[in-house]
Amino acid sequence: MLAIEVKNLTKEFNDLKAVDNVSFEVQEGEIFAFLGPNGAGKTTTIKILTTLLRPTSGEISLNGSDPIKEQNTVRRSFGIVFQDPSLDDELTAYENMEFHGVLYKVSKEIRINRIEQLLKFVELWDRKDELVKNFSGGMKRRLEVARGLIHHPKILFLDEPTLGLDPQTRNHIWNYIKSLNKEENMTVFFTTHYMDEAEKVAKKVAIIDHGKIISQGTVEELKKNTKTDSLEDAFLSLTGTTIREEKSNNLDHMRMHRRIRY
Amino acid sequence: MSTIYILWLRQLKRYFRSKPRIIGSLGQPLLFLVALGFGLGPIFQKAGGGNYIQFLAPGIISMGIIFTALFSGIEIIWDRQFGFLKETLVAPTSRLEIMIGRTLGGATVASFQGILILFLSFLVGFRPENIMILPFAFIFIFLTALLFTALGTAIASVLEDMQGFQLIMNFLVMPLFFLSGALFPLNGLPKALTIVASINPLSYGVDGLRDTLTNVSHFGLFPDLLILSVITGIILVIGSYLFSKIQI
Repeated sequence: MLAIEVKNLTKEFNDLKAVDNVSFEVQEGEIFAFLGPNGAGKTTTIKILTTLLRPTSGEISLNGSDPIKEQNTVRRSFGIVFQDPSLDDELTAYENMEFHGVLYKVSKEIRINRIEQLLKFVELWDRKDELVKNFSGGMKRRLEVARGLIHHPKILFLDEPTLGLDPQTRNHIWNYIKSLNKEENMTVFFTTHYMDEAEKVAKKVAIIDHGKIISQGTVEELKKNTKTDSLEDAFLSLTGTTIREEKSNNLDHMRMHRRIRY
Repeated sequence: MSTIYILWLRQLKRYFRSKPRIIGSLGQPLLFLVALGFGLGPIFQKAGGGNYIQFLAPGIISMGIIFTALFSGIEIIWDRQFGFLKETLVAPTSRLEIMIGRTLGGATVASFQGILILFLSFLVGFRPENIMILPFAFIFIFLTALLFTALGTAIASVLEDMQGFQLIMNFLVMPLFFLSGALFPLNGLPKALTIVASINPLSYGVDGLRDTLTNVSHFGLFPDLLILSVITGIILVIGSYLFSKIQI
C-alpha cells in the first residue's frame, strides 16, 4: 500500500514556482529521504502534505486520504517535526508534551506513559518541569522530536530533524525512529542536509532542486546513475556546487531579533 | 472539549507566569484613576456631574479589559512567528475548537485583569452602589473581554507580523477607548461624537458596567446587554472565519 502519493504537484507564490510538477510515491513502512539544496522546495512540499498550505494544482494522497478535502483524517495519521522551532517557550517541557497529547486525543493513560518514556529517552526527564525558554538549542530539538512521536503516527514527517545535534544524539534519535519504523511499520519521510545520515537510513531517496525532482530511487541506484561512490557525491553531481540563496522573510528577522535579545 | 480546555489553560498559564506583564498593565489604569479621577474630579463635581471617581472607574476597568483582551488575541502573531501556531494547526482538531479555546482563555485572563482593576479602584475611593448586582457586572466584564479577544484574533489572523501593531493601537484601540464614554458622559455631546459613540461597541460595555456598578446608565441596561452580545457574536464569527483561513 502507498503511504504517500503525489502527482503533478505544483505550488506557486506570486511569480515564483516553489514546487514545479512534482510526482513521487512512498510505500507504507518505508524510510524516504527528500533531499535538496536550500530553497529547493522541500519544506513547501512538506507543508502541503501536512495540510498547512494549499497546492496550486496536483493530486496528493496520504494513507488514501486527500489532505485538502479530508484534513482531519489526514491530520490524525501523521506526526511532524518542523524545521523551525515550534515549542511554546513559556510552557515547561512536560506541558508542551501534554498539550500535544491532548490535541491528538491520546488517552490519558497512554499519554502519561509515553510522555515519561519519550522524555526519558531524549534525556529530558529530570528537566521536565523547566520552562522551555531556558533550554539550549539541542535540548529543544530533542524535545520537538519526542513530541512528534507521542501519538505514534502512521507517517512521520521530519524536516531536518537532526539539525544542530551532535553525532551521539543524532545516532540515538535515528535508532529510535528506525525501531519505531520496524515495530509499528511507521512510514518516515524526512529531509536532511547530512548525506551520510540519508545514506545510512533511507530506503528510497528523491532529490529536488529548483522545485523539480531531478532524480529518485534507492541510494544504490543514485550512486550507479551518477557513477559516484557516496550519496554526497551523487547529490553534488546532480545539483551542482553553486551555493543557493534563500529569500529571507519576516520570520528570519524575528529570530534574529530574538537571538540578540536573549 | 479537552482541546478547548487545554488551549484555555495554556492562555492562563502564560498569563499568570508573566508577573511583570500583570503588574505592568495595572500601572496605566492606576495612573488614569489617580490623575484623571482626582485631577478632573473637582470640575466634574462643580459642573453637577457628581463624584468623578464613581463615574470614571467603570471606564478604566473597561480600558484594562480591552487592552489585555486585544493583546491576548494578537498573541497569535507571536505564536505564528515563534512557530507554535503550526503545532496547533496541524493537529487533528477543528480550527473552530482552537479559536474557541484561545478566545475563552484570553477572555478569562482579561476578565481577571478587569477584576484586579476593580479592586484597585476601591483604593482610590470607588464604591459599588449595590453589592447584590455585582454578579451582573461580571457579565459585562466577560462579554467585553470576549468581544475584544475575538477582535484581536481577527486582526492577528490577517496581520503577518507585529509591525502593524502600533497602527492598530493608535487607529483602533485608542479611538475605541477614548470615544466610548469611558472618560466623559455621553449626554449633550456634539452630534458627530454622539454618532461615533453609539456605533462604538465599547460604549455599550462601559455603559452596562457603569449601570451595574453605579446605577447610572446612558443607553439602559437591557439595550447594553443586547447590543454587546450581538456584536460579540458577530465578531466571534468573523474571527473564527479569518482564523480558519490562516495559511503558514
